[in-house]
Amino acid sequence: MDHFPTNWGRPRNDMFDAYGTYPIHQRPDNRPKDTFADSVQRTQQPIVTGTSVLAIKFKDGIMMAADNLASYGSLARFKDVQRLHPVGRYTVIGAGGDMSDFQHIQHILEEVQIAESTQQDGHELGPVEIHEYMSQVMYARRSKLDPLWNSLLIGGFKDGKRFLSYVDLLGTTYSASTLATGFGAYIAQPLLRKAVEGHEDDLTAEQAQNILEYCMRVLFYRDARSLDKYQIATITAEGVNISGSLKLQTSWDFAENIRGYGAQTQ
Amino acid sequence: MTSIGTGYDLSASTYSPDGRIFQVEYATKAVENSGTAIGLRVKDGIVLGVEKLIHSKLLVPGANRRIQTVDRHIGMATAGLLADGRNVANRARDESSQIRGLWREPPTVKELADRLALYAQAYTLYSSVRPFGISTIFGGVDKTGPSLFVVEPSGVCLGYHGAAVGKGRQLAKTELEKLKLSELSMREAVIEAARIIYIVHDDNKEKEFELEMSWAGDETGGLHVPVPADLLAEAEQKAREALETFE
Repeated sequence: MDHFPTNWGRPRNDMFDAYGTYPIHQRPDNRPKDTFADSVQRTQQPIVTGTSVLAIKFKDGIMMAADNLASYGSLARFKDVQRLHPVGRYTVIGAGGDMSDFQHIQHILEEVQIAESTQQDGHELGPVEIHEYMSQVMYARRSKLDPLWNSLLIGGFKDGKRFLSYVDLLGTTYSASTLATGFGAYIAQPLLRKAVEGHEDDLTAEQAQNILEYCMRVLFYRDARSLDKYQIATITAEGVNISGSLKLQTSWDFAENIRGYGAQTQ
Repeated sequence: MTSIGTGYDLSASTYSPDGRIFQVEYATKAVENSGTAIGLRVKDGIVLGVEKLIHSKLLVPGANRRIQTVDRHIGMATAGLLADGRNVANRARDESSQIRGLWREPPTVKELADRLALYAQAYTLYSSVRPFGISTIFGGVDKTGPSLFVVEPSGVCLGYHGAAVGKGRQLAKTELEKLKLSELSMREAVIEAARIIYIVHDDNKEKEFELEMSWAGDETGGLHVPVPADLLAEAEQKAREALETFE
């Protein structure tokens, strides 16, 4: 029922003043609207988001890190989200960006793996295949103007070779011995490059983990969408290992001396 | 089948006056001409076994598999037309993926077999298609434990502790009934399954055969996979020994 009496008995839309009788009474238009009147809308922004993912090559394979936060805008909404996902026995995929799209990606990859395993031909998908597949999916979706709003790092170890590569919502791909997505691409990437480049074949697992922990701490200090709870994935010849949640040790003593903004008495 | 040739067997969409659908019965005949397939549902898993008749010595060993994997935890064995088995396997994979997409969990064997029964039944309704010339044994482990179902050309779907389809099904069923299926382990079931396939194979009348076996359960971490070569060899060895003392 339209509760605005000025609308009663008016089949025409007088919002358009056909007879130039200005000023015309402004009345709300309460006619039912077609849901798709403004054409179909596709994903135009991420909603629940994850921040940076970091990954480096080291002596025995690949190591990756991501925190456990899924933000809702600037609200730290979910603090127990795993953003590193194992795919088969050789690969880990780490995601920043929209977490529901990431869950969809996990489902797609599950289906692909099942389709592959039902062949029972002894072949398994490795990191190279997973990355190629994801790059095709991401590019196909952006070409439909309906992108999966993620930046993904795909790392793995198969047949004695380590692999690390990137793909994002545009379908852009690249690889390097250190990769970082999101805010980490600005803050952590230079630190990672300095620590890793040229040492890919000598860094031990312990050293690699220390580098990642250091960068995660810097990110936690600098990135307002990050968390001090994070996980580390290690992919070597032994397979995939994703750690439990780790806690960053931080010290905020310096905050007392900051002057110039915030609530201060003097 | 006294009513053969009376014109009621030309289409699966017409009943005979005494209420039968001959095309479905002919499809069942096609199953009976094929090598035996058996399934055992035991304590901690399921085992599938097939007597795959080799129609040519020129065939590569292991070719034309009659046991197929539908999903990680579900397998199927068919008796009847090989190509129909392929079609049903492909359909089963699609159905499995659809169920998974809907419930976001691995489908149960029952859900899957029920869906494929509907599929088989649809092929008994139209004059433009023929019913499937296969009986399918679906076996796997899911949240309800090990389960085993048979889908027939008529579209009927029934659950079993032990199932047998194909040429030697009568003898196989008698042998299955002698076993205490719910007390057997998967390993024991593999040995028994191999023995039964060897027993039902008629050496005098038939050509060579290959024993094809797969299993799913605790031993395989819930995955449907072929029985490992060493266990298969052991089972075949024991089956041959048992054959000598049989009868």
